[in-house]
Amino acid sequence: MLDLFANAIVAGVLLGGLYAAVTVGLSIAFGMLDVVNIAHPAFVLLGAFLAYWFNDRFGLDPILVGVALAPVFFVLGAIVYRIYYAAFERQSKESLRGLAFFFGVLFVTEVGLIIAFGADYRLVHTDYLRTTYSVAGIGFPLRLVVPFLASLLMITALQLLLNRSFFGRAVKAVSQDSTALRLVGANPVKIKMIGFALSIATTSVAGALLILVAPVQPSSAREFIGRMFAICVLGGMSSLPGMIIASFILGVAESVTSTFYGPSWSPAVAFGFLLLVLAWRPAGLLGR
Amino acid sequence: MKNKLGFLLRAHALAAAVFALSTWSAPVVHAADAPPIKIGLGMALTGGLAGNGKAALLGFQLWAEDVNAHGGILGRKVELIYYDDQSNPSTVPGIYSKLLDIDKVELVFSGYATNQIAPAMPILMERGMVVMSLFALSLNDKFNYPYYFDIQPTGPGGKVELARGFFEAALAQNPKPQTVAIVYADAEFAKTAAEGARAIVSQLGLKVVYDKSYPPTMTDYTPVVRAMQATNPDIVWVGSYPPDSAGLIRAVNEVGLKAKMFGGAMVGLQFASLKTQLGPLLNGVVFFDYYVPEPTLSFPGIEEFVKKYQARAGAAGVDPLGFYLPPFAYAEGQILAQAAQAVGSLDQKKMGEYIRANTFKTIVGDIKFHANGEWATPRVLQVQYQNIKDNSLDQFKKPGIQVIVYPDSVKSGQLLYPYSDIKR
Repeated sequence: MLDLFANAIVAGVLLGGLYAAVTVGLSIAFGMLDVVNIAHPAFVLLGAFLAYWFNDRFGLDPILVGVALAPVFFVLGAIVYRIYYAAFERQSKESLRGLAFFFGVLFVTEVGLIIAFGADYRLVHTDYLRTTYSVAGIGFPLRLVVPFLASLLMITALQLLLNRSFFGRAVKAVSQDSTALRLVGANPVKIKMIGFALSIATTSVAGALLILVAPVQPSSAREFIGRMFAICVLGGMSSLPGMIIASFILGVAESVTSTFYGPSWSPAVAFGFLLLVLAWRPAGLLGR
Repeated sequence: MKNKLGFLLRAHALAAAVFALSTWSAPVVHAADAPPIKIGLGMALTGGLAGNGKAALLGFQLWAEDVNAHGGILGRKVELIYYDDQSNPSTVPGIYSKLLDIDKVELVFSGYATNQIAPAMPILMERGMVVMSLFALSLNDKFNYPYYFDIQPTGPGGKVELARGFFEAALAQNPKPQTVAIVYADAEFAKTAAEGARAIVSQLGLKVVYDKSYPPTMTDYTPVVRAMQATNPDIVWVGSYPPDSAGLIRAVNEVGLKAKMFGGAMVGLQFASLKTQLGPLLNGVVFFDYYVPEPTLSFPGIEEFVKKYQARAGAAGVDPLGFYLPPFAYAEGQILAQAAQAVGSLDQKKMGEYIRANTFKTIVGDIKFHANGEWATPRVLQVQYQNIKDNSLDQFKKPGIQVIVYPDSVKSGQLLYPYSDIKR
């Protein structure tokens, strides 16, 4: 029983690492920049399919592909934000129409992926995916361990960037008071554009990590929307450490519930936990 | 002079009339001029069911091309009119209303799978249409519609037949399994299949030690497999969809499941994408299927169809093997065409009665329907993956890889047992 419990905790923490990777961009866009990018999971899927394509054609490691394509995603994110800003944010119509815009981006991306890659499920091949280490009866499948480590590395780098650089402080300032930022001579639109582009750049890596863990198909994005926003809110909107803790909590709650009470209860338990935490701390775990 | 001219004019007119009569033999419209027979369908071309839906559509299109190349039905060409139901059941009633009222289709095919076919039934029943159903599990149990015909070979028993072969094949092994774990997705098909599995397990006197469902949105299945493993089952029966099938097989290999037999109603293992992507991890898994390229299923026309389909699959962006749905979509067309030709019209009542009463020769074998619209004799195959060496596609086109272990009538090899010794 203890063995089963330990395995459930480890599997949950490892899964939480993946959740953190796919959510970190949303924490920046939604939590810090106040852009309700509901299309975020679609960009993750785009990253996953590109990782699949390069892996299938050239045998490249998906994580390597994700990192290499991150600058391309950065540019893509900057373009999307410019359109969003010009069409909605500048005219203060971002609330509802902006949401519709990102819904549109979600569906266009999905259909584009179907046209480009077909509607089938896709997986990737790497040597380490079939390896599982066992330590004291606890399984460590590299299929989950590698994405977990890559995710922590990416989020640590982002946290350092946001805490230690002028750009990072400017992003935080945008989320707190963009008028004050303008008064000190910084352009909040430019800061938001770079911040949003950075959030989309993370999806390139997150997509590669996702396809290492589970097969994907173009409409898989819809399955992640609720989970991503829940983690973002639970963690405290603009707090990356809070987001990581929230990801672990959701992963462990799902894993332990699946093991001991039946997998069907896992979303109910995880989201029930979210409601309890928000009742206790409306700003989220580490939110201010 | 005037009379002579008049005579010449009358003679000329008579000659012209005789010539005209000789060339215009009868007051009928030539087949080539007749409007085509419009056949309508909604199909999942986007969304979760699109992988199968697009492949099925290609099966229908190949049938239409073949029929038209041979002169059509009742001397009229056929034309498919289809709309994307987006894998969303709520779009289906609107699609069939449009097909019947605006496009004025004369025949219909259903979309793919139970969830998409059920919403079309009320309107199709109201209009008295013959419903050629593409893989709905035991759907007519709820409607009892006399002109409903499902091409899925589950037979009158439906959900029970889907699981029967798996457990009967297991009980024929030595040592005989005693305990079963049942795990399935919280979704229509898997739940219905699990009900069938429970019924057959109870009939066969096996003991259920684990019986739980999981949400279809799960990302990692290792906790599920570990929980099953803790109950130490001899057999693990799974009702799953493609992502869960892949997730469970990976988790089973990572955890090192000790069961003697593993598999079941696992959707996804029939398609090239998961076959090639999972490769040797599939060895030993037993799953249901309806057609695999084994010598015992060599029906007239099936090899030609598969060859033609595979040549077109790349351009259409669909499953490159096309074993699961496309041959059955083609067979649906064959049944409709044979019925229309036999009754000499598109009268739905006459066609429906004819289909109920007769046997049809198709590329998936001879088909006779039971009173409830299912195949009179079930032919659910239990197939075991054997001898998979790598992740290449071509190996799955050959016999000996997807070995039929049940039913005996089309069995092509022996079940390898126990599973824990076979899987890598």
